[in-house]
Order: sequence, then C-alpha cells, then structure tokens
Amino acid sequence: MNIVKALFKSQGGIHPKYNKELSRDKKIETMPIAPLLKVSMSQHLGAPAKPLVKKGDLVLRGQQIGEAAGFISANVHAPTSGTVKAVAEAPTAIGAKIPAIEIEPDGEDKWIDGISGIQDWKNADNKELIAKIAEAGISGMGGAGFPTHVKLSPPPNKPIDTLIINGAECEPYLTADHRLMVEHAAEIRTGIEIIRKILSVKTVRIAIESNKPESIEAMNKALADIDGDVEIAVLKTEYPQGAEKQQIFAITGKEVPSAGLPMDVGCVVENVGTTLAIQDAIINGKPVTERVTTVTGNPVTSPKNVLVRLGTSYTDLLEFCGSTKNDVAKIISGGPMMGFAQPNLDVCTTKTTSGLLFLAPKEVYNYESMPCISCGRCVEACPMNLMPSELSFMLEAEEFAEAQELNVMDCIECGCCSFSCPAHRPLVQHMKQGKAWVMLQRRKKQ
Amino acid sequence: MTTAILITAFTIGIIGLVCGIILSVSAKFLAVKEDPRIGEVEELLPSANCGGCGYAGCADYAKAIIVDGAPINLCSPGGADTLAALGKYTGQEAVAGEKMVAVVMCGGDNTKASKKFQYNGIVDCAAAASVAGGDKTCSYGCLGYGSCVRVCPADAIEIVNGIAVVHPELCISCGACVAACPRDIITMTPASETIHVFCNSKDKGPIVKKACEVGCIGCRMCVKLGGETFVMDGFLAKRDYSIEVADEIIVEKCPGKCIVNTKQSKTTGESV
Repeated sequence: MNIVKALFKSQGGIHPKYNKELSRDKKIETMPIAPLLKVSMSQHLGAPAKPLVKKGDLVLRGQQIGEAAGFISANVHAPTSGTVKAVAEAPTAIGAKIPAIEIEPDGEDKWIDGISGIQDWKNADNKELIAKIAEAGISGMGGAGFPTHVKLSPPPNKPIDTLIINGAECEPYLTADHRLMVEHAAEIRTGIEIIRKILSVKTVRIAIESNKPESIEAMNKALADIDGDVEIAVLKTEYPQGAEKQQIFAITGKEVPSAGLPMDVGCVVENVGTTLAIQDAIINGKPVTERVTTVTGNPVTSPKNVLVRLGTSYTDLLEFCGSTKNDVAKIISGGPMMGFAQPNLDVCTTKTTSGLLFLAPKEVYNYESMPCISCGRCVEACPMNLMPSELSFMLEAEEFAEAQELNVMDCIECGCCSFSCPAHRPLVQHMKQGKAWVMLQRRKKQ
Repeated sequence: MTTAILITAFTIGIIGLVCGIILSVSAKFLAVKEDPRIGEVEELLPSANCGGCGYAGCADYAKAIIVDGAPINLCSPGGADTLAALGKYTGQEAVAGEKMVAVVMCGGDNTKASKKFQYNGIVDCAAAASVAGGDKTCSYGCLGYGSCVRVCPADAIEIVNGIAVVHPELCISCGACVAACPRDIITMTPASETIHVFCNSKDKGPIVKKACEVGCIGCRMCVKLGGETFVMDGFLAKRDYSIEVADEIIVEKCPGKCIVNTKQSKTTGESV
C-alpha cells in the first residue's frame, strides 16, 4: 500500500477559493425523517423511472417504488415506511417537472422483508453481483448520476485494467465525500474489493486531492493490508481534478478520446459515495434510501454533513442545519461550480444531491456580460483543450454545426472558462445551448 | 521583354476566345427552358423573401402560381398593390385573403406577473427557459428576452415592460416569430379580430393566480357567455377565430382579466 503523487496533470484548471473549512471537521449527522418525503423518479442520468405504487398504498423502507425505464435508468426505493400520499409532478434541481412519489412516514421506519446481502460475494457470480447493484438502484453519487450497473458491465471488446476510486471532491465547499472517507474507510474498502472483483482489474487507484490529508490517512489505514496493486494517488489541489477524464489523465496519463468513455482507455471511475452504496447493497442487501450531503455556506448558522433520506425537501434539510442568518442571495443544489441555482427550497434530495449551498449577497457577483477581449484566459483554463471564446462566438451567432466541428460536445461544463473570463461572458451557458442543439439533431436523426 | 508580354497576352486571349466559344455553344444547346412567366410574376412580387406565403421565398411562390396554380392572395407584404398586379397578370379575380397578424398570447408583463429569481445569462428566450425553467413564475408566459424580436423581418415586435408585443400594422404575417418562440405563445390570428385570450397557462386556477394577475383561471365564464367563440383547452380558454365575438361584454366579465380587446388598448397589450 503506497501513497503516491499523481504523475500527470491535465492542462487547464483553476484555483477557486475552497471554503471547505466550514464543514470539513463536522461529523456526519443523521437527520430525523422529515414529515413528508417526495421521492423523484429522476434521480439519475437517463430515462426517469416508472412509478410502481399509487395513492393510498402502504410502503416499507427499501420497497421498490420506481422501476428503471430502459437501459440507462435506475430503480427507486421507498426511503422509509409510510403511506403514499400522492404521485404528482415535482420540480427537480434542474428545473424540470418530473413525477415524484409523496410518502408520509409512519415513524416506524420498518425495512421490507427479505433484505439480504450476498455474504459470500468473493465466490459469487459477477452477473449476480451486478444484478444486485442494479436492483439496489445505485447511480453515480458524485453528481452526474450515471447508473452504476451500466458502468460495471463494459462490453467484452473494452477490457478494463484500472479502477479509479474518486475521492477528489474538487468542488469548493463540499465535504461529504471527505467525511465518508474519514468515517467509513473500512466500508469503502469492502466496496473497492467488490468492484475490483466484478471488473477483475489488477490496478486500483484511490484519487484524493492533496487538501484532504485526513482522508488520505484514513484510507491509508483502512487499506493497509490490502493485497494487489492498490495505491492512493494524491492529486494536486485544483479544479476540476475530480472530473472523470481529468482524473484518468492525472493517474494513468491516458487521454479519453473525443466523444469516448473512460472504458475506451480501460478505466472505470467510481465515486467514494457510490463505492459505499455498492458495499451496502452487496453486504447488507440494502438499496439506496439515503445519502450524505453537505449543507453549507456562510449564511447557514450551522453547516453540516448530513445523512439524509432521499426525498427530504431542501426546506427540511436547511431546518436541520439551523437556519440562514442575514440575507441569502443564491441557493445552489450541488457545488458552486457545477451545481444548479435554485429559485426556492421546494426541490427534494435525490441520489445526486452532493450538497446544498447558500451564498450571501456579497459572495454573489451580479455581473454584466461584455464583449470578448480575446485575452485567451478561457483557452488556458479549459481542461478539455477547447477554445471557449471561439465556440461562444459561434454559438452566439447560432452557428451550431461549426461549433460541433470545434468539438463543443467535448465540453464537460466544468465552468473554468466562465470563472476565468474577465468580460464575464456566459461561456458555459453558450456551451450548454450548443450541446442541447447537437443532442436535438441526434434525436431527430433517430 | 516585350515578346514575353506579347506571348502572355496572346495566349490568354486565345484561351479566353476558346472558352467563350464553348460557353456560347453550350448555352445554346444545354439551355434549361423555364416558363418566362415565372420571372415576370417574380418581378411583381415585393422580393421580401419572408416566406409568409408558405413557399421558400418569392421565386418559389412565383413558380407555384404559374406551375401549380397557387392562390394569388398569399403575399401579405405586397398588400393590395401586389394582389391587383397579380390579378391583372394572371387574369384571376383579385380577392384579398384574410390578413393574418401575429399576437403574443400573454399579458403578464413585469408589473403583473411575478418572477422566481433574477436571471443573468444569455439574452435569449430559449436560453433563459433552460435555466430552472425560466425566471418567470408562470411556466407558460412570455419571457421577454426577445427571441421573436430578433427574427422579425419587419421590426414589428417590441418588448414592452417585459413582454413581447406585436404591432399589427407592421406585421407582414410571415410567421417567423411563431417558430422562434420557445413557449409557443405567438399565434397567427385574423387581423380583423381584436378580442383575444391573453394567457397561455395550462395550469390550474390557484397556480395561475399565484404567478400572474392577468392569467386564465379556467373558470369557463367566457364559454358560458360567448358560446362557441371560446373553447376550453384543459384549464385554458382559447378563441375560436372562425366565429366572431358578438358580445364584447366578455372582456369586462372575465374574472382573470385575461380577455382583452386590443382595439381599445391600442396594441400595447395592456388591459383596459
């Protein structure tokens, strides 16, 4: 077991103020079950799940209430026992309205019968393990929410040689993954071993940014006697080192091809939260019914890392962390770089809610967008080697096809370009528009 | 030195001559015969190339008139003069079609409709709508970021107090704004009609009330009073423009104050 420095560093990147000290040392607290839970059917990337219950039904914790609709989709389970009050549309963090199941908890929090793990996972069939993960509705808990069972079943022509466990947590403010590593290192280790077995990979790297020495120490301790080629790779503290493609480059020196996936270079990247969920599903047989999220920001009276049931509204989540002092200028679901600004606290916690951030008026800069001064800072900052300035010109002129030629689809929407732009141009929004256009054309073709 | 110049000039001259002969011969033998009337009709059209007639520009419409016998009253930028000229040329009776104008079916301007948050991004309706569903509380209302204004070839649309307003006298009924609006608020209506339902919200009454002072709450009052001139689309009343409104009392009676007579309010979209 070694701790090594990551050998490479992808180009670009920025150094925002991290502000992690607000919640870094706060132990994970378990939040009591809220009086009403609204469980969204779209907690993952891909098609929303199909509701399986109707108004008036009694559900138990862990009971499947949403069925994966399609290949890239994930199951949804009841986060506690109670009565289904309604199946109605509810807003999601991105502003869309998606059906959600409203559950009024009965307070007993009774698990459904027949919850059992695969104790002998070391000798179990991989297909059985992947089926269990799919059944548990696990999707990437870092923020994007890609269904995990899909990630763990690469096609046979794409051999996987490296497993990367992502504990970088490069988004400012967020500390949920950090706390998980500090407090649940042993469980994460089991999760790592399970994924290693499923993918039958030899090389495992745990990627942690250098600003989390506690995490590094905890993981090092937990992994001390692990066999095989397992190393902790310490990444330089820089945003976006937690992005999949940048992390793969930093650790292996391999570049994921344009429009490609990590499996194209023989890598699979799993977030530490997801790894923990896999452990919970395989060992304890428990589906995803809760997650750890960071409620933080200067206006919050007591910032916390909270173990919260899925479907808890942001209002209840904030109430658990005291309240907000003074004015709040901006609420962000997720981290400040890639999170989604919220107009209110109506949205409910999902599998991808990595944080809930409140910003005070003086922390929010109400800018006015100006013409590009061609300084090239966005080009320097872009971790994907794109030219955000050029792309934004094109997208502003609605020259979408030309932007596609300049690889707008490779944009990971990390926000480095907008962050570094002295003219405050809405560069990421331009990219998003361009990407949406390309996706629309692709759908039209089908 | 001079010989070099002469040789060059001579060679270029010969090449030019040969090419000229080839071109003139091929022009004679490979000529595509086009009905000369198409060109003449095109001359009569206003060359606005707006596409309002439903054809891809004036040349295409001219071809359609001659070849397919398309009606001659489809060109609205040309107006009566063009129609008369076309009637004279084709020998058809010049009966003016109903002039259509675009109407923005939303009355929720900045003073009447509430906003969820302050939007600070690309000034474009589609871009604004993609950020948390748009800054307006109403998810059906006009966002006022001027996507329709930018596509209007006649400069007939203006953003007044946060919503788009079409000036009917300038509208050439090309329909470009209808296609540009991401929320499908703009509708083509007969120019003679001035009573419209200025709301596009399909939400139920209480939600509409919370979002906007002048929204349709789906009370069906207009359907009761106006008979067949109004139809319900879920919780939203809509005008049936095939039947004229007989009784203007509906405008006063609408509890949501979203049925507006634009004649009285001088096209500003303000209710009286």
